[in-house]
Amino acid sequence: MNNTLIVVRRELSGYFATPVAYVFIVVFLALLGAMTFFVGNFFERGLADLGPFFQFHPWIYILLIPAISMRLWAEERKSGTIEMFLTLPISLTQAVVGKYLAAVFFTAIALALTFPVWITVNILGDPDNGVILAGYIGSLLMAAGFLAIGSFISALTKNQVIAFVVTASLCFVFIASGAPLVLNFFSGWAPQQAVDFIASLSFLTHFSAISKGVVDVTDIAYFASLIAVFLFATALAVARLKGE
Amino acid sequence: MAMIEIDDLMKRFGAAVAVDHVSFNVDRGEVLGFLGPNGAGKSTTMKMITGFLTPSSGTARVEGFDVQTDPIEVKRRVGYLPEGAPMWSDMTPRGFLTFVAQVRGLRGAKLNERIDIVVAQTQLDSVLEKPIETLSKGFKRRVGLAQALLHDPDVLILDEPTDGLDPNQKHEVRNLIAGMAADKAIIISTHILEEVDAVCTRAIIIADGKVVADETPEELLRRSQRHNAVSVRVGGEMSVARTLLQDLDGVASIETVRANWLVVQSNNGEALVSEIGTALRGIDMPIDEIHVERGNLDDVFRNITSNR
Repeated sequence: MNNTLIVVRRELSGYFATPVAYVFIVVFLALLGAMTFFVGNFFERGLADLGPFFQFHPWIYILLIPAISMRLWAEERKSGTIEMFLTLPISLTQAVVGKYLAAVFFTAIALALTFPVWITVNILGDPDNGVILAGYIGSLLMAAGFLAIGSFISALTKNQVIAFVVTASLCFVFIASGAPLVLNFFSGWAPQQAVDFIASLSFLTHFSAISKGVVDVTDIAYFASLIAVFLFATALAVARLKGE
Repeated sequence: MAMIEIDDLMKRFGAAVAVDHVSFNVDRGEVLGFLGPNGAGKSTTMKMITGFLTPSSGTARVEGFDVQTDPIEVKRRVGYLPEGAPMWSDMTPRGFLTFVAQVRGLRGAKLNERIDIVVAQTQLDSVLEKPIETLSKGFKRRVGLAQALLHDPDVLILDEPTDGLDPNQKHEVRNLIAGMAADKAIIISTHILEEVDAVCTRAIIIADGKVVADETPEELLRRSQRHNAVSVRVGGEMSVARTLLQDLDGVASIETVRANWLVVQSNNGEALVSEIGTALRGIDMPIDEIHVERGNLDDVFRNITSNR
């Protein structure tokens, strides 16, 4: 077994060793359920798809993803375990990627537990399950993107509250840059290319493209490169702690 | 080749120099006591040897591997107990030790065998399944120690291994270290000077980031004012004994300590125990107790680290 996987396993068991995991999953499912059925009018629409379900994912992630990512490095720094961790024969890449993947797996577990919604829609109607699968892929990619941002912010501070607030704000910026409110502000005076560029930076743009069932290479590449950039930045931030 | 080579190691935090061009080697079979006041740079030096901190200049080598260019190779060969033994508090000792063993490349039967051995060595069996956060300070320290011993490393770097242990546990840990000393190179930092006397073959004292003494505990003791002074408790009149001893050849000074103890210092560092005995018996002065002082490491430590 590779060191990265050993780290992933330790981290994952860490989530479930405390109530954190269970609280997170319950709140995630409750919020998502409430949004889908009450705000999204899941039933009243009379459509057999998961549109009302997926449209709230970005906003729920803003609140909940920073709660997972804030502890990634900040907690290790605060408690000093980072010294134990980084003096084991684990490379910086293995450490950063292992911790990050554990957070992604954990989010994937929470996301997978929304399966009753998928069953419901299949009982009530005849949805396009390909589109639903694309929606799940898009949602997980988006969560993974947020987690990469959160991993970086968490490596910059010892304080988990700061990590939470900064990550949530940054995630909001990444979402909002694709929202009509922001784009309309720019479209009045900025050239169209600039507006397109700002929109293209947004998670929302890429997520809604994928969740419509169009899994395009550019959207995947967007999330993949964003994740790579922020994980690299995380590694730099952790290396900086060593006094380089 | 020395097992551990510290080569002109320097660490700067902002404007402050925490470790100031420190060099020394540690060979197999040596237990190096690393002493110094708080903030002298002991832990910083250890953090640099183990690859947690990057030196501002200079480097450290373990079994020939440079920590700057081959950090993973160094980390594989070193068992390290960091200061305060920080550990993931929601894990159990068994979970934690299993994780460390896996990272260190141990698998299957070998893994279980090594865990059993270190658990026995550090007497952890009673707490193996309890979350680390619920353990006493002494148990936590021993879990940290067990973790450092898991892969039976040739190089051990232990930052205050007996801190927080009770006297019995301290004794156990010292025996453990002494028992392993013959085929390993060991560095332990400590505040407890008796520990140096008990387990170390060599002591380095650092102050303000610089090495100010590097010798055997015996040599350090010899620096003590009291080294080879003779303490004698007489049964008769103190002033008579004092006058007699003052005139003895080679006596430099006499101090009266407590009720009827006299401490006699010679002027050449030799213990004048037989001369004093003979002289006192010559006037029929009863000697209740007499012994040669070994010296006091605390005094030496204070002298070396404060007269700067």
